[in-house]
Amino acid sequence: MELNRRAFLKTTGAALMATALPMSLVRVAFGSQSPSQNFTFGYISDAHIQLIKGTKFVRNWDMGLIRSVQEANLLTPRPDFFMFGGDLAQLGMKEELDHGLEIMSKLRGKVHYVIGEHDYYLDLGAYWQSKIGPLWYSFDHKGVHFVVLNSILTYDRWTYKKWESPMDRMLAMARLDNPEGSPFMVGEQQLGWLRKDLAKVNKGTPVVVFSHSPIQKIYQGWNFWTEDAEKVQALLKPFKKVTVIYGHVHQIQYNQIGNISFQAVMATAWPWPYPQSYTQVTSRLPKLTVPMNRADPFFERDATGWQFIDVRKGNVDMHYQLPDNKNRSVVFNTKTGYPQDAKYQAADSRIPPQAHF
Amino acid sequence: MNRTSHCIKAILMAGAVTAALGLGVAFAGPLGLPPVPVPADNPITPEKVKLGDKLFHDQRFSTTAEVSCSTCHDKDKGFTDQLPVSEGINKLKGTRNAPTVINAAYLETQFWDGREPTLESQSAQPFVNPVEMGLKDHDPILKIVRTDPEYQALFKNAFGKSGGQITMVEVEKALATFQRTLIAGNSPFDRYYFGGDKKAMSPAAVRGLELFIGQGRCVSCHVIEQTQALFTDNRFHMIGVAAHQMPKDLDELSAAVEEVKRKGTDIAVLSDAKTSSLGRYAVTRDLTDIGAFKTSTLRNIDLTAPYMHDGSLKTLKEVVQFYNNGGRVKESDPLPDLLSGGIRPLDLTEEQEADLVEFMKALTSPEFLRK
Repeated sequence: MELNRRAFLKTTGAALMATALPMSLVRVAFGSQSPSQNFTFGYISDAHIQLIKGTKFVRNWDMGLIRSVQEANLLTPRPDFFMFGGDLAQLGMKEELDHGLEIMSKLRGKVHYVIGEHDYYLDLGAYWQSKIGPLWYSFDHKGVHFVVLNSILTYDRWTYKKWESPMDRMLAMARLDNPEGSPFMVGEQQLGWLRKDLAKVNKGTPVVVFSHSPIQKIYQGWNFWTEDAEKVQALLKPFKKVTVIYGHVHQIQYNQIGNISFQAVMATAWPWPYPQSYTQVTSRLPKLTVPMNRADPFFERDATGWQFIDVRKGNVDMHYQLPDNKNRSVVFNTKTGYPQDAKYQAADSRIPPQAHF
Repeated sequence: MNRTSHCIKAILMAGAVTAALGLGVAFAGPLGLPPVPVPADNPITPEKVKLGDKLFHDQRFSTTAEVSCSTCHDKDKGFTDQLPVSEGINKLKGTRNAPTVINAAYLETQFWDGREPTLESQSAQPFVNPVEMGLKDHDPILKIVRTDPEYQALFKNAFGKSGGQITMVEVEKALATFQRTLIAGNSPFDRYYFGGDKKAMSPAAVRGLELFIGQGRCVSCHVIEQTQALFTDNRFHMIGVAAHQMPKDLDELSAAVEEVKRKGTDIAVLSDAKTSSLGRYAVTRDLTDIGAFKTSTLRNIDLTAPYMHDGSLKTLKEVVQFYNNGGRVKESDPLPDLLSGGIRPLDLTEEQEADLVEFMKALTSPEFLRK
């Protein structure tokens, strides 16, 4: 049986006390495998920085991002880099992006950014590109190929229809359950780029894809959805180890489709509950087997959080840092070939839901 | 004798009954409080209480023979010392405000950071902390209690033990037992809320109670239940007190944690303000717990100024203002990065702040009312 990280920490706790640094992040070299192929990175997502007016921003969302940044700064050893998973702003405004970037500037380490729909639909990514960089790109790190997608595009007929103002369009896309909304997609142009980008990569190279929306179809009513997800999945199919990490859903999700492992990240702003989708019909949609313990509304940070990620031999272990809640880990089970909750998967070890009266 | 002793007598009788029945689990508390939890292996007996009382007040268990438990937990000061932070031998200062011992029997963990689980295990620490009673180890205590004729009789009565049979286990059990008799409820609030006496609290205090469970959001941590009120959730929260002392970065945090490992938690956190500011994190190393301290009970809070874990707020008014400002002394102060999500500005008016203070003054038990 492979020793997972949590079990490792538990069983060697006494030994670690003597040598460990403050945070719980301990890089573990597994067996005789080359430890240089194992590394960690941090992931912060869905901050939704929101301007009220003037220089006043929503305190709750500010505090979520500030807390994540400060906690991430206390990690040791330092993660190799950080990801920001999109929705830095709430309504795509310059003030919001600037304020969010100012908070993010305190994060110690290189940050790669993924764009979310809340950052995009005011000016179609113009300010983002001028301040942060391209909307899709790839990079390599320690033998892993990383791809950043802009998965929140949609049909041109929606994006370019006659809007009263750009803000009208932004507000329409910002509404979670807007029946007049439009499904997210990666689009042909980007798919063409992705095809070319992946053509250069050896099929044995681990691939990690970052997107804002899930590159799998979960629930269209809330746009937990990417219209051309299958096309992206098809391009990823030839690779041995593939992980897609997405934001947008503000909750823990994990799934396996063929060779592709899917993992969602938490928001620093607020949690979404699970959509009550497809209850009438049998569905082959990703099953959400272990619900998030209910958020305690008194503690604003409960059911929000951020994550650090161990990349072990190209597989992704997600460690959720959840203030005012129990931290969770979803680790890749090499036996089954699926990501799995390290602790709460078994029915008798799940967290009982809280009840409020 | 005053009313405290009546209360203790009543408890002793109840305790004697449960002990005689071999239950040793709990006995009834006064109005507003649940049954007092008593560990099965340390039932309350009058003999043990008498012994614990003497141990609690004995100054010989400090290097200078000037400091006892009661130095910092003085009955006439609501079982605190009414200092910002406690002073031990040679006026050495610690880093934390002495919490009241009244109703400590109900707490699920002891010390501000909950580093000890029971009154028994807690009681042995201050003897050997260099800024409290300063002993190198517990041997001098054992030497005294094994040879002093008065103690010999008391230990014989309480435990049936003498000489080398007496260990710190018995000392701890006696001290804990004495503290389990320091139970006080029946405040104006209790008589109003649980006793149905609508005249027991002033109109201002009644308005304060409304705010306490409403706009002030106090009750979320300072818990009031249907039949009892401990005024604590027994949890740990980073509410913003002494945020400026907290480690600013990884280097400072590492240094503080190293300090805890090197000296042990009890000594490390009382010797340095920065290490003290780790709060619950010193015990759990969980990021949520950085700067988090245990929710204090509010019973008899009017007697135990100054307030907060470092005694940094002088009055109840200052405390209410601190919360009203969302976890800071002044509204213009920066919010701490790791502030608990439960702490946020309350938008209370000055009148509302005053009403909350009046409510807290209605939490004093009659036996401790100022003369």
